[in-house]
Amino acid sequence: MIPGEFEYHAPSTVEDAVSLLDTLGDEAKVLAGGHSLVPAMRFRLAQPRHLVDINRIAGLSYVREEDGHLVIGALTRESELEHSSLVAGRYPLLADAGRVIADPLVRNRGTVGGNLAHADPANDHPAVMLAYGATLVARGPGGERVIPVDDFFVGLFESALKPNELLVEIRIPSPGAGSGGAYRKLERKVGDYAISAAAVQLTMDGSMCTAARIALTNVSPVPMRANAAEAEILGEEPTEDAIEAAGRAAAAECDPSADLRGSEEYKRDITRVLVKRAIRAAVTRAQGGA
Amino acid sequence: MSHLESSVQSLHPAPEGASKQMETTDQIRITTPEKVCGMGHRMKRKEDPRFIRGQGHYVDDVKLPGMLYMDIVRSPYAHAKILNIDASEALATPGVLAVITGKDLKDAGNLHWMPTLMSDTQMVLPIDKVVYFAQEVCAVVATERYIAADAIEKVNVEYEPLPAVVDPFEALKDEVIVRDDKEKKTNHVWHWEAGDKEATDKVFGEAATVVKQSMHLPRIHVASIETCGMVANYDPTMGKMQLYMTTQAPHAIRTVFALVSGLPEHKIQVISPDIGGGFGGKVPVYPGYVVCAVASLVTGKPVKWIEDRSENLQADSFARDYHITAEMAADAKGKITGLRVKTLADNGAADAAANPSKFPAGMYSICTGSYDMKAAHVEVDGVYTTKPPGGVAYRCSFRVTEAVHMVERMTDILAHELGEDPADFRVKNFIKPEQFPYKSPTGWEYDSGNYDAALAKAMDIIGYRELRKEQAEKRARGELMGIGICSFTEVVGAGPSRDFDILGIKMFDSAEIRIHPTGKAIARFGTKSQGQGHETTYAQIIAEELGIPAADVEIEEGDTDTAPYGLGTYASRSTPTAGAAGAMAARKIKAKARKIAAHLLEVGEDDLEWSVDRWQVKGSPDQHKTIQDIAFAAYTNHPQGMEAGLEATDYYDPPNLTFPFGSYIAVVDVDSGTGEVKVRRFVAVDDCGNIINPLVVEGQIHGGLTQGLAPALFEEIVYDENGQNLTGTFADYLVPTAVESPKWETAHTITPSPHHPLGAKGVGESPTVGAPPAIANAVVDALWHLGVRHVDIPITPQKIWKLLRDAGVSD
Amino acid sequence: MSSRHGITVTVNGAQVTREVDARTLLVHFLREDLSLTGTHIGCDTTSCGACTVHLDGVAVKSCTVFAVQADGANVDTVEGLADGATLHPLQEGFWEKHGLQCGYCTPGMLMAAKELLARNPDPTEEEIRFGISGNLCRCTGYNKIVEAIQYAAQKLREAGEEAHA
Repeated sequence: MIPGEFEYHAPSTVEDAVSLLDTLGDEAKVLAGGHSLVPAMRFRLAQPRHLVDINRIAGLSYVREEDGHLVIGALTRESELEHSSLVAGRYPLLADAGRVIADPLVRNRGTVGGNLAHADPANDHPAVMLAYGATLVARGPGGERVIPVDDFFVGLFESALKPNELLVEIRIPSPGAGSGGAYRKLERKVGDYAISAAAVQLTMDGSMCTAARIALTNVSPVPMRANAAEAEILGEEPTEDAIEAAGRAAAAECDPSADLRGSEEYKRDITRVLVKRAIRAAVTRAQGGA
Repeated sequence: MSHLESSVQSLHPAPEGASKQMETTDQIRITTPEKVCGMGHRMKRKEDPRFIRGQGHYVDDVKLPGMLYMDIVRSPYAHAKILNIDASEALATPGVLAVITGKDLKDAGNLHWMPTLMSDTQMVLPIDKVVYFAQEVCAVVATERYIAADAIEKVNVEYEPLPAVVDPFEALKDEVIVRDDKEKKTNHVWHWEAGDKEATDKVFGEAATVVKQSMHLPRIHVASIETCGMVANYDPTMGKMQLYMTTQAPHAIRTVFALVSGLPEHKIQVISPDIGGGFGGKVPVYPGYVVCAVASLVTGKPVKWIEDRSENLQADSFARDYHITAEMAADAKGKITGLRVKTLADNGAADAAANPSKFPAGMYSICTGSYDMKAAHVEVDGVYTTKPPGGVAYRCSFRVTEAVHMVERMTDILAHELGEDPADFRVKNFIKPEQFPYKSPTGWEYDSGNYDAALAKAMDIIGYRELRKEQAEKRARGELMGIGICSFTEVVGAGPSRDFDILGIKMFDSAEIRIHPTGKAIARFGTKSQGQGHETTYAQIIAEELGIPAADVEIEEGDTDTAPYGLGTYASRSTPTAGAAGAMAARKIKAKARKIAAHLLEVGEDDLEWSVDRWQVKGSPDQHKTIQDIAFAAYTNHPQGMEAGLEATDYYDPPNLTFPFGSYIAVVDVDSGTGEVKVRRFVAVDDCGNIINPLVVEGQIHGGLTQGLAPALFEEIVYDENGQNLTGTFADYLVPTAVESPKWETAHTITPSPHHPLGAKGVGESPTVGAPPAIANAVVDALWHLGVRHVDIPITPQKIWKLLRDAGVSD
Repeated sequence: MSSRHGITVTVNGAQVTREVDARTLLVHFLREDLSLTGTHIGCDTTSCGACTVHLDGVAVKSCTVFAVQADGANVDTVEGLADGATLHPLQEGFWEKHGLQCGYCTPGMLMAAKELLARNPDPTEEEIRFGISGNLCRCTGYNKIVEAIQYAAQKLREAGEEAHA
């Protein structure tokens, strides 16, 4: 399994990268962690004429809090998130996901930006960022563009990024008091893509749920919010009945297809179970539990 | 193939002296001091220094001057006519030297077909049609690996798709004929049976209880981490063909190559270097090997061919794929009386099973297992489908895994049906220690066993009775927990040559020991380690017999120019056959050493006795000659009239197979929401007779247990209705990691083999055989109260989810 | 045509300069250009970890990195693990505890374990199992690999304590 031939470019600045992408157009692919792209090239499912390697661009890898947001450089490796005490302490939904993306060696190389820009509904970050209501920052020839995550995923493997734009930063609103989140994923074995997974981020005021965003992994052609599920708990007390209703709503609104991971019916029901478990965990965390 | 069509086997009894009941102990036998490191010592492996430094030498590490690379064009269809192969664009690519097609092989002397080990035929490269997805269509030879990979994309093959037949029951209808090259236009290949049909029917007629269950053991793949490959190096000047290849059976392969190619056998050297795992997958001859050798013949240059993972998973031989319907009968006292089994074996597009030639279903008739019953009858029918040919063992002795899975599932179903505890039910039905040697209803003679002891030990370690209490409490709370037992009997060490051969070559094995003047030694064997640790365990056998420290014994295998002829390593046969040959060769040396010692000590041979590493005068041990003294004398001061030197060869033909056994207990928790099964604990008590190296035996058992867990819960080769393989990468063929694999708890009992010179039995495959039914039984045990009677492996979360939801259980 | 690139890489402490195709995988560069065959290939999907090496101190699967990406970097392979005749505690542990059988996955396991212990000098059994979950072994059933890593962890901790004493 040998990749086809290509021209390799290694710009050292975002400007140079954008300029290359602008010149090369559709014939170029951005190489970040490469852990989706390189295997696809080895199978010759992807045969780009040009690779623009952004790994030599300084200043795209960071995780810090700033202006009420967790800001993550697009080139930040998954393992940096996984081992970040800031993430572990304040962003449990992100921390949950960070432990179940692929395997430790892939996480050493795979990037947060790549996981999102690939717009693969099987990837874990899309649902996480949808649940957080993150914004994504792109740089193009015309400068910077801020894209709300709800507008980012437009099709299967298709994001709102233009061919000459580079994703440079992800901004997650820092959760306020009474917030909690959780990611619950069912996989066939460790390191696998999800059979289904649920990302939940919510805020509790006493026993009432005052904000809730729920998103799903690998049960739709495009990464999706579970709006109907959210509606079942938003402004409500998340009783077992309400949580069950949210699970059922998610099972109804998702759009899985049958494959080796399971039948459509199975995936819908597992989504119900995972949404419930993620809500329960998020509520517990919002109320100060582990 | 008349001998394949029907044979009721009757194995001869073991020779005189073997018919005795063996005592069982927990104590590992050690007779040599640490510095000698004979049997029973936990010796660190001698082969490890090179592996831990990255200095192992595998086939892909072989690099020869001027070496070319071969890559293979494979069929995108499971069944299709080949209309045209246009290689012009590939051949026009700089660096491409040749494209080899089926027609080229035909012109080279009908090399486009080759025999399988089961006396069937298999295409090397096709001319008219392909019969499985990813079948080899033609090969490109180029100066570089990357160029060859590019060039296979440029070979344009025109196909006319034909209907695939994926399901063996469909295949039996003969609507689509897979092998139209055959005279008989049918997909039914063979019928085979064992046991006494009439007696079995009678037992079923008289039974108080009969349980019946169908089950499928699906296709799986050995998936050794090293794929298959070859470097073929033909020297036109000397007419010698050197074949570095990933093979478990280098000598047999050399003979097959000689017969097929017409090259003289002394001009073929097969070298099996370090092998990155075999598990049966490196027993067959795959088309790629043949084409690679032809490529070297054609170009006169060394040619390397290394499969990638997808080729390995999609085209190499599979294991299992048995569709079984079994019935088990019991009398009014709950005593098992009989077993009746019908089986459909999906061969794929050729019967390329790696079985002894007279055994188309291998040792499947061992299926009465550890239980004493009056009668049994087992039938198997082999069928062609448009899938890759096989099958190989996947770390088991010729279909014993299928047999054990079936009998252990049936025993468990019967126990549950009768409302009896599965452990107590097994004890009631076990063959008892005093019944050994035991003649089974299908004709096997079990050499030794103590099934009660192994099960009692496993129950004790895991706390079986307490677990049953915990299960009852949990069940009352709606939690799902199961306990599963498997008390298996294995049959390994083929074999007595009167019954077992491969293409007519008898299944003996061999050892050759040469003691150097300074008392160090080299020994060569006809087997080939693929990780089993032969360089250590064989050295310990020689240390045990001769007292030469194991550290002073060099072990070599795998080079047909130097090693004695043997049948290779698979089916847990190395210790039972080659290991025994090592002991017997050592004893020949010991006998000569006695003569030399008598000469040196000026006493009669009868005045001497052996002690660890020396011959000493009876009653005065101060008067002695060590093996080192004797070795030196053998070259410097040997008796007049005696040949100089100290070496011996033994070709060991075992009087019987060995029958290792064990009892495994698994505890599982089932997630009623997702259907996930977690193996919480797993205790394995194995009895492989006398233990040569406990460290190595533990490693073998751990590894086999994970390879048993794998098909129980994860692994399956899946095809769609067009015969396309959907699990052709490690992303979808789910090999367990350290996370899925539980912390195995192992222990042993020791019941020596009465006929093996060291009292040892094979062990490497027992755990692969025993683990799947233990896990399956545990899962069914967790769900029995919900009306679940059986679930086919792999037990995926989706299968459990369906059973739970059907039973009205949810989360 | 692939573009050609001159690269300079420090491999196991020694600097090498070569020209490579853009598409040359790091694992092929190591195995074929530098004859460092200790690093193995077991799959095409970044699943098995047999090709694990350290790239600037980080464990990566070298079948999914292009050699040109290692230009200017430090690459460490299994061949550089021992200090001459002195084995690394991990190598010692794998030998001592029978942490290998066929040896094919071993170099990758060693390199993954080295990083695991660098991050977490005193891992629990569960942390070890998750830490090596990007590496497949088909022979050992993992028990003894876990024991081998525990052995090395203890040795490294003791060595660290001695250095501080």
